Amino acid sequence: MTVKECYEAIDGNYEEVISRLRSDDRVKKFVLKFLDDGSYQLLCDALNEKNYDEAFRAAHTIKGICQNLGFDKLYESSASLTEKLRNKEIEGIDKYVEIVQKDYETIIKGIRELS
Amino acid sequence: MEVKDKKQILIVDDSEMNRAILADILEDEFEIIEAEDGQSAIMILQKKHIEISLMLLDIVMPEMDGFEVLEIMNQNNWVEEVPVVMISAESSPSAIEKAYELGATDFISRPFDSSIVYRRVNNTLMLYEKQNKLVGMVAEQIYENEKRSNLLIAILSHIVEFRNGESGLHVLHVQSLTELLLRSLFKKTDRYNLTPSQISLISVTSALHDIGKIAIPDNVLNKPGRLTDEEFEIMKTHSELGARMLKEIPFYKDEELMTIAIDICQSHHERYDGRGYPNSLKGDEIPIAAQVVSLADVYDALTSERVYKKAFSHDKAVSMILNGECGTFNPLLLECLKDSEDSIRKVIENSTQDYNKKKDIEKITETFDNYEELSTFESVLESLKYERNKNEFYAAMSKEIQFEYTAFPSMLFVSGRGAKELGIEENILNPFDDVKLIECFGRENINNFIEALDKTTAEHPVVQLEFEMTRDGQRRWKRVIVQTIWDYAQSPKFIKFYGKITDIHDEHTELANLKVMSSQDGLTGIYNRVAAEKLIKEKTKINPDHRFAFIMLDVDDFKLANDKFGHIFGDSVLKYIADTLMQSIRSDDIAARIGGDEFMLFMDYKYNLDMIIDRVFNALNGIYEEFPVSVSMGIAKSEDVGTDFNTLKYCADCALYTSKKNGKGCYHFYDDSMKEVLADSSQDIDE
Repeated sequence: MTVKECYEAIDGNYEEVISRLRSDDRVKKFVLKFLDDGSYQLLCDALNEKNYDEAFRAAHTIKGICQNLGFDKLYESSASLTEKLRNKEIEGIDKYVEIVQKDYETIIKGIRELS
Repeated sequence: MEVKDKKQILIVDDSEMNRAILADILEDEFEIIEAEDGQSAIMILQKKHIEISLMLLDIVMPEMDGFEVLEIMNQNNWVEEVPVVMISAESSPSAIEKAYELGATDFISRPFDSSIVYRRVNNTLMLYEKQNKLVGMVAEQIYENEKRSNLLIAILSHIVEFRNGESGLHVLHVQSLTELLLRSLFKKTDRYNLTPSQISLISVTSALHDIGKIAIPDNVLNKPGRLTDEEFEIMKTHSELGARMLKEIPFYKDEELMTIAIDICQSHHERYDGRGYPNSLKGDEIPIAAQVVSLADVYDALTSERVYKKAFSHDKAVSMILNGECGTFNPLLLECLKDSEDSIRKVIENSTQDYNKKKDIEKITETFDNYEELSTFESVLESLKYERNKNEFYAAMSKEIQFEYTAFPSMLFVSGRGAKELGIEENILNPFDDVKLIECFGRENINNFIEALDKTTAEHPVVQLEFEMTRDGQRRWKRVIVQTIWDYAQSPKFIKFYGKITDIHDEHTELANLKVMSSQDGLTGIYNRVAAEKLIKEKTKINPDHRFAFIMLDVDDFKLANDKFGHIFGDSVLKYIADTLMQSIRSDDIAARIGGDEFMLFMDYKYNLDMIIDRVFNALNGIYEEFPVSVSMGIAKSEDVGTDFNTLKYCADCALYTSKKNGKGCYHFYDDSMKEVLADSSQDIDE
């Protein structure tokens, strides 16, 4: 599977990311690295512990990484979650968390096939 | 230089992924240093901000965010040295505005374009490099100019002195003294609104104080011997002449140096009480520059040899000035003179060497100047790096724990080896509240240290403490020495300290052992006479009303045992006696061997002394290795003879002698009938 096919599978924006990071190899390197990134785990843990400051920072980090890697769907869902957390709107937050989880799992599945 | 070091870029981001992407873009051309949060970034900057060429900074981070990092960089003026490029997903206009306000150079929003990051980093570096070069060039230009003008002033004043037949040292002395007095005055009062740059300007300009003398006729100026009144009047015109010469120069009229020079020439012979010349100015009507120079001038005139007088000593000169023998001076300045006595003495003593040293330094700087590749700016940087490497090397070799602390922000840096040994972090934020540090040293030790630190001043900046701490379950003695550093920009302000901790446990234990050893009898391990006497005197002094018993005892027929069984056996008998004594007395009692086979005991009792003496006596009499041991004892009581040590001992001796005389192996209490017994005895019964 090529990097481009992987992006298609996970609904990512390959054209945009290749225009910014310039090389297929670099994109592949960091897409694979995404598997090891701890921010998602940190987000889940923080939410479990109801530590919303920490959760905000984790969501914010995920948002930044997705933006850089062109993972548009996860970028959008994590961005919404980030704003909810920034404003401490905890009520009904589960809905937002669920979407982030769904999008994250889709991406992980796609990347696993690339490797 | 063939190999050029890569420039260092510091990437600060809490996400490893983000750091990795940025590093990937830049690592071919730069050396990348990473920090995972604001605190680590500050610690890295604290250590090596001079070497970091650029910093990429995220905003949202745990503990200390990007804005806080910028604030601290502002407080330490690092923001002027290290360009900061913000990289953040935080793209709201207010965040961007805040970053720029705090001194960020550029702002890149996520998602970033790799080539834009690369270009902007390079552009920023280029701009800063140019700016640094310009700063360096300007600084060198200023330095050059200042060097030249100092040189010109020196030549000018030297011409005056040359004509005057004085040594060139007078100008140098007056300059140094002026500077010392002004610095002391600066610390003492803000009455004169002095600034550090004015101090240096006045000191330099002081060299011109006598230029008016160039217009004084030679027969007056260099007359060997006293001037007549008329001649003195001519001589006195030199101050106005000097001022007029300067005033007539058509240029630089508004230069501060010029106005100061005119003040100094015009008024350096005025006196605080209005009895000086030429204008009989009083008090602070006399410009402060002239007041200081006139005091410096008088001091140097007194301590130098002149045609008409010998040189006075420093002490004599100061006392003459304080006594008003050279006219009245501003009392504040007299205080400054007294306060700076040590430095003044040094300046005058070393000035000749100093003069030569200056020449050497000039030669060295000249050599450096010719060395094209090294501008002053860069060479300072090089030598800083060199010093740091050297210190790190020594710290790694040394067994001491070295550390450094900065007050703003409150951070402690411990040498790698030291941190390992203590089991603490190398960099600690707010160390005095740090749980691990408190656990390591103990709250009490830390509080004592803080207390000692609070007592330091710019004049007494050193703390030295000895303390005991537990490490790996062992109590050990340590010594900490710290030098505090003060910022003189305003009133002295504490900014940092550095120091070291050394292990002094062995030294300490040794000392304690020595103390014990010097009070012990070498053979038996109980007290010797000197130690016992000291302890007894202490006891009787503290409790003069208590009842004390002083007991002398010796072994009957000891010489016999010695002769019959040898010295080694004799010694073991003595040890046996000492051991038995120690076992039969209470811990408060004092037992000592005072020589040969003589022992003494000292006890504090309430009642039943007979019983106690009986117990000790019976314990000592017995069989040791088939040798029948018997002792004779004599006891003196403080209720009978008082608490004076010598009296007690004398009386106990008399009682002991009585026991010997009465057939040995018994004890007697002293009474007045025994008073003369020692004086009467002409022979020792034991012998």
